[in-house]
Amino acid sequence: MSTSDPEHNRERDSEATFGDYGGQYVPEALMPALQELEDAYERYVLENEDGFMDEFRERMRDFGGRPTPLQRADRLSERYDREIYLKREDLVHGGAHKLNNALGQVLLSKYMGKERVIAETGAGQHGTATAMAAAHLDMPCEIYMGRTDVNRQRPNVYRMRMNGAEVNPVEAGSGTLKEAINETFRDWATTVETTHYVIGSVVGPHPFPKLVRDFQAVIGREAREQIREKAGRLPDSVVACAGGGSNTMGTFHEFVPDDDVALYAVEAGGSSLGVDEEEGVAPNSATLSTGTDGVLHGAMTKLLQSEEGQIVESHSVSAGLDYAGVGPELANLVETDRVTPVNVDDDAALNGFHRLSNLEGIIPALESSHALGYLEESHDELGDLVVVNVSGRGDKDLETVLEETEKRDLEAAPDVEVFDG
Amino acid sequence: MTDDSNAAPESDIETAIRENDPALITYITAGDPSLEDTKRYVEALDRGGSDLIELGLPFSEPVAEGATIQAAINRALDAGTTPEGFFELVDDLETEAPLLVMTYYNMILQYGSEPDVRPFVERAAEAGLSGIIVPDLPAEEADPLREACDDHGLDLVFIVAPTTEGERLETIMSQVSGFAYVQARLGTTGARADVSTATHESLERLSEYDVPKAVGFGVSEGDHAAEIVEAGADGVIVGSALIDIVAGSDDPAADLEAKAEELKRGAVRGAESLTVDTEDTPEPEQP
Repeated sequence: MSTSDPEHNRERDSEATFGDYGGQYVPEALMPALQELEDAYERYVLENEDGFMDEFRERMRDFGGRPTPLQRADRLSERYDREIYLKREDLVHGGAHKLNNALGQVLLSKYMGKERVIAETGAGQHGTATAMAAAHLDMPCEIYMGRTDVNRQRPNVYRMRMNGAEVNPVEAGSGTLKEAINETFRDWATTVETTHYVIGSVVGPHPFPKLVRDFQAVIGREAREQIREKAGRLPDSVVACAGGGSNTMGTFHEFVPDDDVALYAVEAGGSSLGVDEEEGVAPNSATLSTGTDGVLHGAMTKLLQSEEGQIVESHSVSAGLDYAGVGPELANLVETDRVTPVNVDDDAALNGFHRLSNLEGIIPALESSHALGYLEESHDELGDLVVVNVSGRGDKDLETVLEETEKRDLEAAPDVEVFDG
Repeated sequence: MTDDSNAAPESDIETAIRENDPALITYITAGDPSLEDTKRYVEALDRGGSDLIELGLPFSEPVAEGATIQAAINRALDAGTTPEGFFELVDDLETEAPLLVMTYYNMILQYGSEPDVRPFVERAAEAGLSGIIVPDLPAEEADPLREACDDHGLDLVFIVAPTTEGERLETIMSQVSGFAYVQARLGTTGARADVSTATHESLERLSEYDVPKAVGFGVSEGDHAAEIVEAGADGVIVGSALIDIVAGSDDPAADLEAKAEELKRGAVRGAESLTVDTEDTPEPEQP
């Protein structure tokens, strides 16, 4: 980033960027909509105009089921010989933290006088949350989802349809989140005057990364209060899985000023950390750990890309982490050494899934299972008091887990043969 | 740029449009289906009367493109098109029409050893390109690239959308170099059956600015070109309709040349009817 005019950058820093990351790299047609959204963000979210945030909090309480508990995980604590607490975002209505953001943005689009919302989805959790919020607030809703993800996340496709949303499978590329985002941008570029794009993570052009973070920051705000109440102090470390980074930023945001609290973003190491440039494939989604700086989907951030700048296909056993980019604020927190990026592979995540299901009676999302996989591998480095965010529940992933478990010899898995017919 | 009160000398691109008004600007994706073919197609478009030619440097995530150009980009990437291959093609091309590169910002940033726009701009200038269009680079983010382009005498062309109004329009028009790329309708690129009413409104909004205006997004036929020029454009931009020929014709080079001729004739027809109008001698009604 050596060519920027310093004056220009200073001016933009306060608004649109996090260090070198962020910005607004979108087609011109969308710029007025981003300006309109910035205004709405400032007025309704930051200044609570017309009682927007009051209504949002009330709906999150009554419709969304907040606050979620911070639960001491007794058997994990015993296993690792330290205090392990789980932030239970799997208990939010719909089964994941995604509702915090979806309800916030659908409500905001109502306040902005929009007539329709669109969204992209990877694992389907954001699509489900958006569809639920749209039904709840009586707003027409259309969801774009990669064909591969439609096939591996069928229960969520049904749920979106049951809530009245139209689901559009996207055939392009590898049919995952990246392609779904491209297609949603195209829809938005056509319908921008009447439509709000409910982006599903802390990614995209300014002000989305800040807007989504603020809706998700409730996770860390609650967790911070709850751990002080239960353990009498702040944790030594906080662990959250990272794909696009919305549960990560939501969990970390309130802890960022607490210098003594270590923050670990656990990415999907997939089957290997390398990138096959020839094939244009990374068998992982470890963007923070292995990515390089570039521009994708409206923001300067860390990306999985070839040397020439083509975005490579990512991979994770978890559809929700399967993305070649990451939120710009998270990229900056990694660049400034406030957040430590780590990763575990598909096997460790699947073991994490089975372990939590077995030991604690909680079936976690495959996304969250990465955080639990890291806890198993590296608990010695995490201090005596650890908070792990369980970003969602794993019902949606059961088919994938059974299929993937059958292929492997996993230490923590039950005998999955019995599930056959 | 000079500080003189006199206007800066016109660029190759501005000259090409002003001298050929109404100008035909054609687009194809480089490397679709191969760089050798692209060379023949560009030469055909040049012979057919293109006054400017845009060459797409393919990027894997073309969010501003519709299905036609996205498919062309995929074919070009599958064929192994690289930025260096692209520049070597441009090194080889000898056309009357100035050439522009149209690509996404990440492709520009990644050319060279670390993210920086300058190596790309230097190479573009060396290859003989006259300008750059970046669909995902709004004016707010364009300072680094504009400065590099200024230093190397390249135009950085901005897109004006149907949603661009008020202060934003002022800002963009004050930064226009070469021409203003007027987006005919909301949405992505792609051939359409008619000319959008948004085109007329956009051209009306821009009429007070003395910069060349060329209209693209959805233009596919000579009649469209005529209508757009009649509405006040100095040029028409055609892409997807040409990609359809590249993808579907038995003899793409011949058909591209013929299509360029048709589009140019249409544009000229539009200009002639304007001249007639301004001379206040309306053509008699057809019997």
